[in-house]
Amino acid sequence: MSEVKKETGTFAVKKGLAEMLKGGVIMDVVTPEQAKIAEEAGAVAVMALERVPSDIRAQGGVARMSDPEMISGIQQAVSIPVMAKARIGHIVEARVLEALEIDFIDESEVLTPADEAHHILKSEFKAPFVCGARNLGEALRRVGEGAAMIRTKGEAGTGDVVEAVRHIRQVNSDIQRVVSASPMELMAIAKELGAPYELVVQVKALGRLPVVNFAAGGIATPADAALMMVLGCDGVFVGSGIFKSDNPAKRAKAIVEAVAHYADAKLIAEVSKGLGEAMRGQSVAQMEDREKIAGRGW
Amino acid sequence: MQGAVREHRNMLHRLGVETVDVLNPQDLDGISGLILPGGESTTVGKLLIRYGLLTPIAEAGRAGLPIFGTCTGLILLAKHINHSRQPSLGLMNACVERNAFGRQLASFEADMPIPALGGKPFHTIFIRAPYIEKVGEEVTVLLRHEGKILFARQGNLLAAAFHPELTDDTRIHEYFLTAQTSR
Repeated sequence: MSEVKKETGTFAVKKGLAEMLKGGVIMDVVTPEQAKIAEEAGAVAVMALERVPSDIRAQGGVARMSDPEMISGIQQAVSIPVMAKARIGHIVEARVLEALEIDFIDESEVLTPADEAHHILKSEFKAPFVCGARNLGEALRRVGEGAAMIRTKGEAGTGDVVEAVRHIRQVNSDIQRVVSASPMELMAIAKELGAPYELVVQVKALGRLPVVNFAAGGIATPADAALMMVLGCDGVFVGSGIFKSDNPAKRAKAIVEAVAHYADAKLIAEVSKGLGEAMRGQSVAQMEDREKIAGRGW
Repeated sequence: MQGAVREHRNMLHRLGVETVDVLNPQDLDGISGLILPGGESTTVGKLLIRYGLLTPIAEAGRAGLPIFGTCTGLILLAKHINHSRQPSLGLMNACVERNAFGRQLASFEADMPIPALGGKPFHTIFIRAPYIEKVGEEVTVLLRHEGKILFARQGNLLAAAFHPELTDDTRIHEYFLTAQTSR
């Protein structure tokens, strides 16, 4: 059987890992200790980064890819997949993460964009990518570039779920429109959305995005996480919401359970008891547009 | 519970089989077979314990309930998991190596001949996959590649290190369905 030809880094293999994460929670961690707490709580993956979004927001400055030493430390600490962020359009940061054998790269608006016009051509990489989106057009542009997974952008580091809800509602309503359109209308819709035509055709056939779609940006409580699942997300990223709260281990575990059992309100009530204070947060409605990061990337 | 549930469900629906999602012990009532999908094995293991599913599934498996595990499911079926205290059902007499091929960059797809299925080779997709290192004599090896056991059966139990649910090929699911009725 030595003639068997193995292919690595294919789209099926990249998308396949995202499929395995469904129904799970991916947690932002800044140290190997936090990564272990996340794994122990039942996270399906961790996102290794230097500062969680709420600190990036508070401290300002340029946010870049994390120190490779820190990322390697986290990779050694856990057996679940490790993700890390590269700046939008920063091909070399992404290559560095790939060289570290990272399991998933997040081309993320949470970091300061390196290129205002171009996103990374993700199909050229062997490592899979996840990208943020606010609507179907943006999601399909990223898939067109090779993203194997999409997440809502939400408004990271705020603890306010309203933007994540807005984005998944928008994606859902765009999908509904594509599904109910006649084949003849699809090119006009593709033009309007700014999305590759072939992918719009795929969305109509599938009735959903061609890749896994997670929620991200502002999720702070088990109920927030379950809400995103009810709205049709395949899983949830929690950034600042866990390690900026009173009792990270307990909250992390509660969010994992709320996502796995999102339709079971009794259970969510039970796991939500006595979690201590959630991250304090910041209401998006009271923010200036220039403070928002979801507008980064297109 | 967590992982590629939808894909397995779609496969079974294509084959005309009714499905229920098993999230709590009472969901096991009245089922005639169980699939343990691929997912993150540490997560699924913890959820099985927290929701009191590990023991009832292990008992049902010992009593003859047909169980098919893919990837994470294969890990959960095994009696021995190397270098890990990961919870398992301890049903299949096999030693399993987790993340045995390495990180995601080593994940791969390939066409592999599986004689038990007949016909053309099966398109196998391996995602941070485990493999079975060795098995007891009651286990039938259905696919071995470079010394690694990737597909195996022990009576009512079937385990694959790869993901047939991510392909369009229903042969392995059909094999699971017919194997359980012809037992």
